[in-house]
Amino acid sequence: MSVFIIRRLMQAILVVWIMSLLVYVGVHIVGDPVDMLINPEADQAEIARVIRDLGLDRPLHEQYWYFLKNALQGDLGNSFIFNEPALKLVVQRIPATFELALAALGLAVVIGIPLGVYAGLKPDSKISQTIMASSILGFSLPTFWVGLMLIMFFSVMMGWLPSFGRGDTETIFGVEFSFLTWDGLTHLFLPALNLSLFKLSLVIRLARAGTREVVHQEYIKFARAKGLSQNRIIFVHLMKNIMIPVVTVLGLEFGGLIAFSVVTETVFSWPGMGKLIIDALHNLDRPLVVAYLMVIVVLFVFINLVVDVLYSILDPRVRLRDLKG
Amino acid sequence: MTDTPILDVQGLETHFFTKDGVAKAIDGVNFTVRKGEIMGLVGESGSGKSVTGFSILGLVDPPGKVVGGKVLFKGEDLLQADDKRMQELRGARISMIFQDPMMTLNPVLRVDTQMIETIQAHEKVDKQTAWQRSRDALAQVGIPSPEERMRAYPHQFSGGMRQRVAIAIALLNKPDLIIADEPTTALDVTIQGQILYETQKLCRETGTAMIWVTHDLAVVAGLADSISVMYAGRVVEQGNINDVLDNPVHPYTLGLLGSVPGHNTRGQRLYQVPGMAPSLFKLPKGCAFQPRCGYATEACQQDQTVTEPVPGRAVRCCHPQVEVSS
Repeated sequence: MSVFIIRRLMQAILVVWIMSLLVYVGVHIVGDPVDMLINPEADQAEIARVIRDLGLDRPLHEQYWYFLKNALQGDLGNSFIFNEPALKLVVQRIPATFELALAALGLAVVIGIPLGVYAGLKPDSKISQTIMASSILGFSLPTFWVGLMLIMFFSVMMGWLPSFGRGDTETIFGVEFSFLTWDGLTHLFLPALNLSLFKLSLVIRLARAGTREVVHQEYIKFARAKGLSQNRIIFVHLMKNIMIPVVTVLGLEFGGLIAFSVVTETVFSWPGMGKLIIDALHNLDRPLVVAYLMVIVVLFVFINLVVDVLYSILDPRVRLRDLKG
Repeated sequence: MTDTPILDVQGLETHFFTKDGVAKAIDGVNFTVRKGEIMGLVGESGSGKSVTGFSILGLVDPPGKVVGGKVLFKGEDLLQADDKRMQELRGARISMIFQDPMMTLNPVLRVDTQMIETIQAHEKVDKQTAWQRSRDALAQVGIPSPEERMRAYPHQFSGGMRQRVAIAIALLNKPDLIIADEPTTALDVTIQGQILYETQKLCRETGTAMIWVTHDLAVVAGLADSISVMYAGRVVEQGNINDVLDNPVHPYTLGLLGSVPGHNTRGQRLYQVPGMAPSLFKLPKGCAFQPRCGYATEACQQDQTVTEPVPGRAVRCCHPQVEVSS
């Protein structure tokens, strides 16, 4: 197991390094921040001074080298706009985004798996067909539109739930969380639902497909021949088998949730990373964009690692292969 | 061999309602199995032998449905029993061993989990006792170091070992009847031999009755006490194992036995039953075997009744080949 984790870690470091190169070069191609930063009335000498101060006069590889040296020490440069460490700005926003993404993931699993398993066990019933039809809607409706409709219905027309912000937060270990207060929870629900819709549809489809496949396996019939109860067969024999693809896909999609949260956070004014990156891109705030992307890359890599480990816990066959490898 | 048989199947009918029509997979099957008796249920693919096993346990999947007959298990008609009663019986009084050992054990659950749950589904025993009983069952079917193997996952076993685990699971609750659906077909011949020997021994020791479903006459010859030969959903010949194999009366049984390579002279073309097993959607009129039968006459166009041309033998044919074999 530890050999397996160490090997994955080495791969992860390689991936992060390559991504840093791509991100850095990519952001430099997008545009010149100097135009955005400098007062239009500044003279040539002033412009030259700013360019020199920001280190933008050096060749790209030197800039990258400088960036990499500092990055290894945890310094991703200062934001051009806020004049604060970019990493700090991004990290400050992580808990809000994470809370939103985790809530969305939780909703997707808690609602999606029972619905999917039901649809898989009774594929011909009216309820199952309704579930499957709705899941197509979940896939195809654009997130921002659904978000607006949710606000329209729940906040504007019914007045049940608030439409923006995080509400009251509770602080634990210096990090603010919304879900710990009732007010925060009501603020969290709509954006989480909005963000989860796509994943929810995915989970339903995965759980249904898995169930349809597993239910016809010989070992399910054998479990019935052993006289096990229907509940035991569904919740142990079937569930554990369909969880393998669900966990894999969801783990990978968790990164997607964080990326998608850009839209939801904008619609619901949720003060997370997504909102930050939109503003940073708008202002061509290079260090902030780079810092955001690097954080996302590290997150993705880390999530993949966790998925691999989880996967090996769920599926003993994977474990064996890696022990041998 | 006492009064009421363990299992008495009377006129069992299982049909599959597909969009191409109704397939009569089992069309009036009768047989009895007594305590400690091993009955071989023999037939070609599609003759309905496996479906018979599933029908007894009430495990026929849609579009299949048991539509008629009686399955008397110690006098109780299983076809009238509700789901709860069937769940009580399955795995406890009647257990089943499946054909492919690679597929019957759940790949993500440890062997001990799969064994203990089988005991606890039927008896209120604590985990410790259930664990010990499971380990003893593994030892009983000849799995070396059962204590360690309990913690293993199915993929860590070879095919033969997995089938032993499946047999151990079938034995856990000391059933009165085991239905074995071609349990050795997927295994090497040497492993097959061991498993046959051990199952037979276990049945003799515990007095468990057994229905051994197979297409392999050689297996049945060494194992069973009685034999039922199925063709197109019906039992065509039934009797004591040695009598039937030595003196087959039904032309189909004759053909089957003739097809065993050992019965042919070296250098000659191997014998085969001419033609193909009929489609269940388009069964011939009268006797289903009649188009492939060398003895067929006009009379075979009629439905055949079961007769007893030789004492202790049930045959569904109007041309029993008594004189040929005697």
